[in-house]
Amino acid sequence: MKLPSKSFPITRETLIRYAGASGDFNVIHWNERVATDVGLPNVIAHGMLTMGLAIRVVTDWLDDPSRLLDYGCRFTRPVVVPDDGEGALLEVTGKVTSIDDGRAVITLAAVSAGVTVLGKATATVRID
Amino acid sequence: MNPDFIGRSYPPSAPYLVGREKVREFARALGEIDEVYFDVDAARARGFSDVVAPPTYAIRLSMAAAENVVMDPDLGLDYTRVVHGDQRFEYARPIVAGDELVATVTIDGIRSAAGNDILTTRAEIRTVSGELVVTSHSTLVARGSDV
Repeated sequence: MKLPSKSFPITRETLIRYAGASGDFNVIHWNERVATDVGLPNVIAHGMLTMGLAIRVVTDWLDDPSRLLDYGCRFTRPVVVPDDGEGALLEVTGKVTSIDDGRAVITLAAVSAGVTVLGKATATVRID
Repeated sequence: MNPDFIGRSYPPSAPYLVGREKVREFARALGEIDEVYFDVDAARARGFSDVVAPPTYAIRLSMAAAENVVMDPDLGLDYTRVVHGDQRFEYARPIVAGDELVATVTIDGIRSAAGNDILTTRAEIRTVSGELVVTSHSTLVARGSDV
């Protein structure tokens, strides 16, 4: 079973907003000079921002935050966010991969610019 | 890194009071639309004591607590090379505004792979009265200096 997929535009404004809200002011998330100095292609999104957006596929579907029991992922590739008036697009799909004992495991796929950015992204939810 | 540190726990972080406006700000930054994250009455109508924090809000607690570990000079981790490798949360219940939380970090693993130092930590996030709310598992990777 597939969950409704979602697309999240990520611009520099998104990153600055998230930096302020999360308290993560690491310069590689807002300063292009520093980001490229350390070998990144450009400013990159916070991994935790990507993780936080991706789970919305699950939480918006669940409609009850207390049903989320477990959520984990690996930060495999960064979401690169150019300052070109467009930014990046994060596309997230989710499907139920197992159901057992009142719990469903949902596997998420998060892609930006054709690259998988989260690995082994899975959420366990209570469905009883 | 010093493998003797596996199993070591650090003292709990200072209590963190989850503020209603901070929850709303975090939810807005993620583009959340569900009223449960913004509206106290809507949250209460759905059985929560106050606005609900989005699931990844828990990172505020675990990362602040993990900083003490990463910066511990005796551990020998080069924190200037540290990146977040992976992250997992186990939820006993959602964090809500008004929670006063402390995080206790334990080092679960220390290993080296492909020239990188890999540290896994577990942060138990509890209310000040001891109720377990979230357990956060983080893998931090210190990239090899020769790459």
